[in-house]
Amino acid sequence: MNRRKFLKHATRTSLLPAMLHGTGLAAFAKSPLYRSLYQSAEDTDRVLVLIYLGGGNDGLNTVVPMDQYAKLNAARPTVILPESSLLSLSGVNNNKLHPSLTGFRNLYDDGRLGIIQNVGYPDQNYSHFRSTDIWMTAADSDEVLPTGWLGRYLNTEYPNFPVDYPNEDVPDPLAIEIGYNLSVAFQGPVAGMGMVVGDPEWFYQLVNDVDEETPDTKAGEKLEYVRLITKQSQVYGEVIREAAARVSQQASYPQTELAEQLKIVARLIAGGLKTRLYMVSIHGFDTHDSQVLQGDHTQGEHANLLRELGDAVEAFTKDLKQLSISDRVMGATISEFGRRIISNGSNGTDHGAAAPMFVFGEQVAGGIYGNNPVIPVNPEVNDNLAMEVDFRSVYATLLKNWFCTDESALQSSLPGNLDLLPIISSSACLSTSIQDRNKHAGSSYVDVYPNPVVDMARVEFTGSGEYLRIDLVSQSGVILKNVIQGRFSREKHVATVPVHDLPAGLYYVRYKDRHITQSKSIVKY
Amino acid sequence: MMAEGRLSSGIEPFSGTWTQQHMLHLLRRCSFGVSKSQLDYFSSLSLEESVDTLLNSAVAPSLPVNDYNSADLSDPDVPFGETWINETNRDNPDLVSARIVSLKSWWINNMLQETTSIQEKMLFFWHNHIVTQSWDIFWPHLTYQHFELLRKHSLGNFKELIREVTLDPQMLLYLNGALNNREVPDENYARELQELFCIGKGPDANFTESDVQEAARVLTGHSIDWEAGGTYLYRGYWHDEGDKQFSSFYNNTVITGKSGDAGKDEVDELLEMIFDNNEVASFIVRKLYRFLVYSHIDDATEMNVIQPLAEIFRANDYEIMPVVRTLLLSAHFHEEANRGAQIKNPLDFLLGFWRTFGVKMPEEATVRNRYEIRSSMLWTMSNMGLEVMDPPNVAGYPAYYQFPSFDKNWITTDTVTNRALTTDSFIYWGFWSQNVLTTVDLLQHLSERENVSDPYGLVDELVMLHLGHPVSETIRERMVGILLSGQQNPGYWTGAWYEYVDNPTDDMKRMTVEIRVKVLMQFLLQLSEYHLI
Repeated sequence: MNRRKFLKHATRTSLLPAMLHGTGLAAFAKSPLYRSLYQSAEDTDRVLVLIYLGGGNDGLNTVVPMDQYAKLNAARPTVILPESSLLSLSGVNNNKLHPSLTGFRNLYDDGRLGIIQNVGYPDQNYSHFRSTDIWMTAADSDEVLPTGWLGRYLNTEYPNFPVDYPNEDVPDPLAIEIGYNLSVAFQGPVAGMGMVVGDPEWFYQLVNDVDEETPDTKAGEKLEYVRLITKQSQVYGEVIREAAARVSQQASYPQTELAEQLKIVARLIAGGLKTRLYMVSIHGFDTHDSQVLQGDHTQGEHANLLRELGDAVEAFTKDLKQLSISDRVMGATISEFGRRIISNGSNGTDHGAAAPMFVFGEQVAGGIYGNNPVIPVNPEVNDNLAMEVDFRSVYATLLKNWFCTDESALQSSLPGNLDLLPIISSSACLSTSIQDRNKHAGSSYVDVYPNPVVDMARVEFTGSGEYLRIDLVSQSGVILKNVIQGRFSREKHVATVPVHDLPAGLYYVRYKDRHITQSKSIVKY
Repeated sequence: MMAEGRLSSGIEPFSGTWTQQHMLHLLRRCSFGVSKSQLDYFSSLSLEESVDTLLNSAVAPSLPVNDYNSADLSDPDVPFGETWINETNRDNPDLVSARIVSLKSWWINNMLQETTSIQEKMLFFWHNHIVTQSWDIFWPHLTYQHFELLRKHSLGNFKELIREVTLDPQMLLYLNGALNNREVPDENYARELQELFCIGKGPDANFTESDVQEAARVLTGHSIDWEAGGTYLYRGYWHDEGDKQFSSFYNNTVITGKSGDAGKDEVDELLEMIFDNNEVASFIVRKLYRFLVYSHIDDATEMNVIQPLAEIFRANDYEIMPVVRTLLLSAHFHEEANRGAQIKNPLDFLLGFWRTFGVKMPEEATVRNRYEIRSSMLWTMSNMGLEVMDPPNVAGYPAYYQFPSFDKNWITTDTVTNRALTTDSFIYWGFWSQNVLTTVDLLQHLSERENVSDPYGLVDELVMLHLGHPVSETIRERMVGILLSGQQNPGYWTGAWYEYVDNPTDDMKRMTVEIRVKVLMQFLLQLSEYHLI
């Protein structure tokens, strides 16, 4: 039994606390040894990596329903892939993959890829922006939410964030996104709950301590100084640098943008960063034209994108294996919509509706879920694939069976009754002491009981000596009731707020003074 | 690394093409952030018209009033809404504190509301040059009078300004002149009059310790009447009637001692003597240059800018306006290399945000709420290292004197974090004060941009308006990428924008635009370039 396994075992059987008790827990808890032991224990923490396929991926040319092939041939003549070019999947008769997806084919044949067919949501919106927001916030088609599904989830796991974060218990970013900006998916009720790594170049500048060039001018010299101090003030810069430094050997990756991003993710996970959520992206799936080459439909923009995707993910999974972290990392693809059934005159496809989603990892129950889409015999220009699986069901499955959230946290992240899918093999969820510690990390200024609540919520809060107000806020950010306001001494106070008149659902109790904002979610039954 | 200016330009009038970039540079340096009304007003003016407008359009502000009454504190002497500036009673420290904050927030409001004049920026310059501290004096009507004195002369005559400051109760209290008497002379003001206010500590500032002592003797007797609200009072019996002998730095001047009321006039002889020294003009011009143009003065700048301006200053008998006018019109001021070469002070940063984004106080905000909002701004800027009317010491804010770091002093890991938290909070939430939330209407700000429907044009316009320095192509692409959510087709933004404009009450269409705009603005405001003007 190696040290890591021992600790894993120890945590599970409460051996570790007993052992620590013998040496004086309080003193030991502060010692570097304790921290290193705990860090190793926390290596068992699970990670989810989301890959955003920006632009709306053409599902019908990605996972081809072979029983519909003839109808597809008629409906989308300008993009159809030759039957002979398609990749077969082991043990599957009804579906084949795009010829560029050899990476995904290998993963599938290895039992590490799940394909969920016809994922979408009711009443499809065809705007990129709006549909992306729906996928990121997990809103209904006609609902506007200011928070993201992962932001809400992180708020339940780390309810005191951002007050006194980072801290000894949670020193690392809660989520990391590589890309333009922090997606609304990570927007919590109070703050963005993730950190953005601008792009791989930014990452290597940070890790290698290289600074962005500034011109040799008066303004350039001032700029350089501001950048330097800003860098020093970035609390998470150092932990990322340290994590990256712990990993010197990685498997080889293709020279593509997506592969570069995933390579960084693998390095940070293996480097011991306790961040559990990552998002990376690959853009360009909005293939209205030149999706395929006129003369060879197996080539073109879509083929390049899928090759980049499949090869990067395959390299990533190999690397995870080599880094011995593959059993605790799962990945999934998301895209704002699929594309239209019929092709257009520019060798492309227009915005559509449902499309397949991919999940990958050691713990994925490989296979194809759901039925093949049914293509109408003479499809109209506006015909789209019907949704069979709500994307929020996939999210809920990941939260419940991968992150092992309890029912109330699940309801806070994704309200409603969502079906779970059998896409994860090890659904044996262990409640760990880590989760408890996470919930207590940072300083708590407000708590609310009972949760879920029916009639009357009891709000316990700590005054700050400054003017503060506590409000009951809806999911969409509207103040529904003021719980209390005024100046309160720096001790515990209690207030109550009746909630019997509110519809069932998710709400926030929000504490705010000049310096501190904190929100605790509460579920009304 | 110190970038050496390779500038040979001087005070000759700028003769290049007058562009919007030039205009923004001028306005940024002469006000606390460029407002939309400024942009509209100045865009049709030439450089000369712009500068003359800046110098000649000052409007006197209304009086500070009791806006601080609350449930906890009620002023027994001054009704709510009436001015307190004639109130000298200081028995209740809570009340005095409220008036001090009221005065500070009143000034902050004047800066916020300033339209076309350089007045408030010049007032800040003099406040930083001729320093007093309001909490130290703790007699707010005197602080008010002191600032009105600075305002009156902010583009007037420097010699007259110094003369009045010398006899100003706030200064007499601050640098102990009020207690300066023949028995135990207090040298404090006499020293700073020379070292900080007039002569400086330059290589040619060779006044002696004895000059400090002799000046202190001249100034004995100028005091205040504590019993009469701190009004100026000359105490002839405190005056040192002996002769005062100055050093060779002052041409061995002797000020003959006078008795009775005549002793009072020795101060004029003292100031004549000081202002006869060439160093005064050079010292003030250097300080103005650092404030309006750039922190470091190399040999070429000393020769081509500082000395010619000092000559103008002397030739005009220390009138300030001709110096500032010449500088603002000069080829040197408008050199591209001087753009973005300053780090924003907290006023530029916070009030600049307010003004450039056109932030309005909530309509429902009461007079008291407005007081709270402005005091919240005061404390926010204090967390960034600047509390107006209370520089850290008599030398002023280190950003304007501390060699060699100068304006870099504004930026520490602490203040840069506070700056980012302030703008983040503004973008996502609003500006918090005791009872009301002040929000920024980003979509209104966007709709005022000429190129709002074109993501590239919009980003370029926002960069030019908000940033003191251009950004790299990578950063530009990233900002466009935020607006497009990574899509390549710029039309997606155009479409989303017009959908919102055509359906302004449709929440979904508004949010679709707003989500992206907020992220863009957060990104833009966290760029290091945002800290430059």
